[in-house]
Amino acid sequence: MRPVSELPELPELKDMDRRDFDWYADKLVQVLVFVGGFSAIVFILGIFFFITREGIGFILHSLDIVEFFTSPNWRPTSEQNQTYGALALIAGTASVTGMAMAVAIPFSLGAAIYIGEFAGPKTREALKVLVELLAAIPSVVWGFIGLTLMNSLIIRLFDVPIGLNILNAGLILGLMAAPIMTTIAEDALKAVPDHYREAAEAMGATRWQVTRKVVVPAAKNGLVAAVLLGVGRGFGETMAVLMATGHAINLPTSIFDSVRAITATIAAELGETAVGSEHYGALFTLGIFLFTVTFAINLTADVIVRGWKR
Amino acid sequence: MSESLFAKTALDERNQRVQRFYRRLFLTMTLLLILPVFVILTVLLSRGASVLSLSFLFTNPEQGMTAGGVFPALLGTIFLVTAALVFSVPLGIAAAIYLSEYASDNWLTRLINLAIINLAGVPSIVHALFGVGAFVLFFRFGTSILAASLTLAIMTLPVVIVSTRESLQAVPRAFREAGWSLGATRWQTIRHIVLPNAVSGILTGVILEVSRTAGETAPIMFTGAAFFLPFLPQSVYDQTMALSLHLFVISTQVPGVPEGLPYGVALLLIAVVLVMNSVSIAFRMYLRSRKKW
Repeated sequence: MRPVSELPELPELKDMDRRDFDWYADKLVQVLVFVGGFSAIVFILGIFFFITREGIGFILHSLDIVEFFTSPNWRPTSEQNQTYGALALIAGTASVTGMAMAVAIPFSLGAAIYIGEFAGPKTREALKVLVELLAAIPSVVWGFIGLTLMNSLIIRLFDVPIGLNILNAGLILGLMAAPIMTTIAEDALKAVPDHYREAAEAMGATRWQVTRKVVVPAAKNGLVAAVLLGVGRGFGETMAVLMATGHAINLPTSIFDSVRAITATIAAELGETAVGSEHYGALFTLGIFLFTVTFAINLTADVIVRGWKR
Repeated sequence: MSESLFAKTALDERNQRVQRFYRRLFLTMTLLLILPVFVILTVLLSRGASVLSLSFLFTNPEQGMTAGGVFPALLGTIFLVTAALVFSVPLGIAAAIYLSEYASDNWLTRLINLAIINLAGVPSIVHALFGVGAFVLFFRFGTSILAASLTLAIMTLPVVIVSTRESLQAVPRAFREAGWSLGATRWQTIRHIVLPNAVSGILTGVILEVSRTAGETAPIMFTGAAFFLPFLPQSVYDQTMALSLHLFVISTQVPGVPEGLPYGVALLLIAVVLVMNSVSIAFRMYLRSRKKW
């Protein structure tokens, strides 16, 4: 054992420090990109915070929660007696979304199955591109189509005085929601491993039998999520619904009735209200309601696809 | 013997008939779903094409928007989209790099992903309310290009994040490992290996975002877009006209608009959006065809 004094000289601590410029750059970037990722959470919380901030005064002081959900009388500009019953608006949104889903669910699932399971590779690519283009048409253009083309078509076909109604907005909304639902549903089908199909085909099953008995059951959760996201989309659509429903407060009894949606009410009335007024707060309260419902729908869809864990 | 073994039984016949029936049914449904695109394009072309001309693009609306062109609205849409991109592209790419390259599989990552899904799923009118509450009032930007484009940026952020993340994840892990094994830091690997291989995919996503942003109406209605302005905006604190809102205004709010005019505006809007989308799709196909791994 040698005495300590004979040990080779230890390097200075600062010479062992290998943290050069690139090391610091790496750390800096790591922080920066984390800020980017975290911003998504900040924005969602920000949306909730700021719409609540504008709506909280109305909720605490003027909102009659029973009236809000049970009265069809939305009269925010009445001289003597303003009432804020959202039932007719909720019914409007629900009826249009329901009509849209009646169209979009069978068609988008059918299209997803054709594109995913039946079509050859070339056809599949072409159809996917067309579906993507369908999804790209802006909602204000859809609204314009509802206002002009669909309106005159419905008047002529069904002999009704006004063509701006649940049927019109529902069809428009169905066509708008269908491409997104098709894409998500097709992704869900594609996620089913090929050896499932091969095993079934080896047993002599036809393509349709494979699809019905093997692929669709295996992709069930993803298909349900696709439908839910379509519902969320229909629920939140604004411009097309504003232009194609007829925008009349109404508890609908048939698909030829004009209705008014929650989103459309906000879009039509926000410009005419004074900041901080009761009416203004009521519109933000509608916004909080919309936010809560769509958040719940998205969360449910996510849980269905991925489960609680992960 | 072998013939009878492989001959179609009655059951086989029936199964194949059923199979053919469903194949045709689903094909018909798919075509019915896609058909409206062509109907809409044909109608807009036949009724709106006569309105479109160079002077339509480059003159101001006249006589209470019942005549003249769309120049301020077209320019306004370009301003809004550009400003929205300035905010959302760097932020979106950073978020995508974090999620693809740094994030581990934990509850925080799950929360971020959930936030992105919700950001895309929140109704556009709620984004508008947020824009009013946050940018117009709280940050005192007023109804301005700045407030409107920030609202648009947050709304379309998920488009950039999702498409960028996808193109980053398409770069094989072996590429990164090669970089790390040479002693490169994580950022050096991303900067010199991952990003160059993903840049065209990211660009595709950005083009897609442009088309989304250009068509949005509800988020800009109360945050910065005006029904009519006789002058062009001078700074980001001014309001501006926009093509999408212009279509809404002249088709619902202004009396006496000649029949062809809104069709022309709709055609212009849809042309901008579809051209952008087609470029993005074509670009993506080109990339896929020359992919080396």
